[in-house]
Amino acid sequence: MSIETSSQGILAIIAIMALVTLATRWGGPFLMSYVTINPRIESFINTMASSVLIAILTPMAITGDIGARAALGTTAVLMLVLHKPLPSIAAGIAAAAAARYFF
Amino acid sequence: MNSSSPSVVYRLDPARVRGEFLRLLPISLFVVAFGTAFGLAAVQKGILPLEATLMSALVFAGASQFAALELWGDQVALLPLMAITFAINSRHILMGASLYPMLRDMPTPRRYGLLLVLTDANWAISAQDYQNGRRNLEVILGGGMVLWLAWLIGTLLGVYFGGMLAHPEQFGLDMVLGCFLLAMALGGRKNPRVLLAWIVAAVAAMAAYWWLPPHTHVVVGALAGGVVGFFWLERKTDEH
Repeated sequence: MSIETSSQGILAIIAIMALVTLATRWGGPFLMSYVTINPRIESFINTMASSVLIAILTPMAITGDIGARAALGTTAVLMLVLHKPLPSIAAGIAAAAAARYFF
Repeated sequence: MNSSSPSVVYRLDPARVRGEFLRLLPISLFVVAFGTAFGLAAVQKGILPLEATLMSALVFAGASQFAALELWGDQVALLPLMAITFAINSRHILMGASLYPMLRDMPTPRRYGLLLVLTDANWAISAQDYQNGRRNLEVILGGGMVLWLAWLIGTLLGVYFGGMLAHPEQFGLDMVLGCFLLAMALGGRKNPRVLLAWIVAAVAAMAAYWWLPPHTHVVVGALAGGVVGFFWLERKTDEH
């Protein structure tokens, strides 16, 4: 089934995407309201939460171009040395721009 | 932190909501640039400026909006559109679930209202604060509002003046979110348990990236990391 990209069709596409995305925003807490939270479940969701970031970042670093790797490498080193997020992020972005300009 | 006993109602502190709005203002400037790239890409596909802006306002999930443009033609296939939107945004399910120990102390309408603006950056801060023993739902609301505004303003700029930023990656702007999330991850607590979870999550995410359907790697990696926490409980020696 397909939707034509007429003006009405585009409104339908936007509505469908909005509803699907809303379901993902509401789904987690909705499902959790049926789960009894004990220390084991709490440990699971806490560990899962920090793993979300790693699961986003690992393919970005491994399959990314030299700019992506320069950015993540720079941010990682500065963050571990300085413990200051904003300078680390800014330097990472600059590293990506520089790496792509020179290589 | 009390995890089993019913705790007091979580009341949002308006001053802290404003504070978190301002705290995420710098990163939002980069989100404007990203929104600009989306607005430009959308009008190039023949989407009207108003429609692109409406999409950004209602969907508010950049990666899935870019993916929808990949499907764009005279017609858009409905099932792939829904499947890709769901797969890319399914990380929200896990993010929302991880906030539940705080969200459950909030009246239901307010809880679901707050989640309208749940996205990567404000969630990452809230999750990191929670790991460090601070309850911060204010950043979901205040940070979410500034990020939503930035995404909207960026899209508007892009649909009208997008030519200025045709190649955001030249300036490294595609790495803003990656660097931000990495800074949040490294700013959190690190111990052998968390490191093992990260290794498991990284290996599982790469396996899913290579061998499972597209866009499943975040959920697969995160759940695999969570399993480590399920079997390896933290000793309750510190305050959290």
